[in-house]
Amino acid sequence: MDDFVWRALIGGVGVSLVIGPLGCFVVWRRMAYFGDTLSHSALLGIALGALLNVRPQVGIISVCILLALLLVGLQQQRQLASDTLLGILSHSALSLGLVTLTFIEGLRIDLTSYLFGDLLSITVQDLYWIYGGGGIALIGLLKIWKPLLSMTIHEELAKVEGVAVGWVRLVFMLLIALVIAVAMKIVGMLLITSMLIIPPATARYFAHTPEQMAWLASIIGSIAVTLGMVMSLHFDTPAGPSVVVAAVSLFTVALFWTVLRAGNR
Amino acid sequence: MPLIQVHEVSVKFEQHLALQNVSLNLNRREIVTLIGPNGAGKSTLVRVILGLIKPYSGMVVRQNGIRIGYMPQKLHIDAVLPLTVARFLALSGVQQPEVLRNTLAEVGVKTELLKRPLQQISGGEMQRVLLARALLRAPDLLVLDEPIQGVDVNGQYELYELIAQIRTQRGCGILMVSHDLHLVMAATDSIICLNQQICCMGHPAAVSQHPAYLALFGARAARDLAFYSHHHAAEQELPVKKFENIIPIVPAENLPRVPR
Ligand SMILES: Nc1ncnc2c1ncn2[C@@H]1O[C@H](COP(=O)(O)OP(=O)(O)OP(=O)(O)O)[C@@H](O)[C@H]1O
Ligand SMILES: [Mg+2]
Repeated sequence: MDDFVWRALIGGVGVSLVIGPLGCFVVWRRMAYFGDTLSHSALLGIALGALLNVRPQVGIISVCILLALLLVGLQQQRQLASDTLLGILSHSALSLGLVTLTFIEGLRIDLTSYLFGDLLSITVQDLYWIYGGGGIALIGLLKIWKPLLSMTIHEELAKVEGVAVGWVRLVFMLLIALVIAVAMKIVGMLLITSMLIIPPATARYFAHTPEQMAWLASIIGSIAVTLGMVMSLHFDTPAGPSVVVAAVSLFTVALFWTVLRAGNR
Repeated sequence: MPLIQVHEVSVKFEQHLALQNVSLNLNRREIVTLIGPNGAGKSTLVRVILGLIKPYSGMVVRQNGIRIGYMPQKLHIDAVLPLTVARFLALSGVQQPEVLRNTLAEVGVKTELLKRPLQQISGGEMQRVLLARALLRAPDLLVLDEPIQGVDVNGQYELYELIAQIRTQRGCGILMVSHDLHLVMAATDSIICLNQQICCMGHPAAVSQHPAYLALFGARAARDLAFYSHHHAAEQELPVKKFENIIPIVPAENLPRVPR
């Protein structure tokens, strides 16, 4: 196999390992739209990164974090519901990003690769980002795992039992921001949320504990990335959408398997 | 020193005053029951005491270093989270199987229940599991928001007995919210009748005769309460704390008539 295939495989699996457990919490806490919003701000991050002459990942992480903080602040007011706020932020960030990009002279970026991912062009440096950032995210998630699970079940009960609810929530949002920045290259900003959601949803059919669901989601995500990449190489389909198609196929199989098993009983 | 001192607490939600000038003390080995109609501010008072919301004015003083066990009014868990009863209980931080076994026995939960998904157990079982979670922390103060909801009639008796027993055996203070007016009397030392402000408080027998209580719950409820008190606790004369400026929220003549 060619080197670029290996890099794609290693990078894709690396991202899947982190995004699975984190995605479980996104599913449990009903934060899918939050993930969408953060990823839509990525273009703005890339544009700002170009303006300030820093790597795109740095721009993306910064903008994602700013947006997460902004959202926490905005949620203090009660007139608008969370999903309305997210809708406003999500689309304004996307549009602002696209508009800003056209103003940057001499910048030639391949928009499609950011929108839909560019798995097969992963560089060694990208791998450092994925494993560095992903490693930090995974360690962070392990550290807050128990309190976060506790407050996902009942926030007030967790607080009475001594969980620093505000901090844990903030750390969790920052971890999502980090992982989105890291995973951008794999499936692209428009499809990242699918990798946060589809593998955990698939894992749910087989899991009996939260932890089982988390590691199953990692494995299922890795399989989806591998299958998607094979498909992309064979049929010359775009990498990001191929990965998502593979993930959805696994989900469908799991769904039918569960339905059939229930029918047989 | 009391476990909790609530001092002239008021709570405001936007324009709406949920609690007004509420003061009370909670002691070790004491069971205090909050009663009041829906929306009276019972859960709000509980939240203030737990430190979950800050009062608009007034203050809550807690004895240093006390542990609180809390049983929330409702717990809804989405089916998307695979969670067994055992795992839910382990989240309290208590891991020793022996403590777990004893606590389960104490609240009357069979160990077979441990392996079941939390979403599938019955309402009554859920209440006991929640109580177990609160007890696992070996609390100095137990706060129970409507502990008998969804429990069958026999179960209600049992639960109140259990609560009384927890008090004698563990010696903790207990604050609970209740809607039922007669059963709860078997277990409580004093009653606080709440409707945005404290209408009256004191021993069940005394509260049942109080005009503010009658205005709030009507004659039928008073008979229930008096019936109980007559049988169980009316022997000792216990004083009811008098409040000078009681404003019944519902004028007595607007209350639904009790059929005779
Ligand atoms: N977070 C909140 N924001 C705005 N208003 C609130 C909030 N929590 C409670 N309220 C209001 O405060 C009042 C008291 O509510 P609370 O839940 O304390 O009543 P309760 O006595 O526990 O009622 P129930 O018997 O139905 O449980 C209600 O009118 C309620 O609408
Ligand atoms: Mg309530």
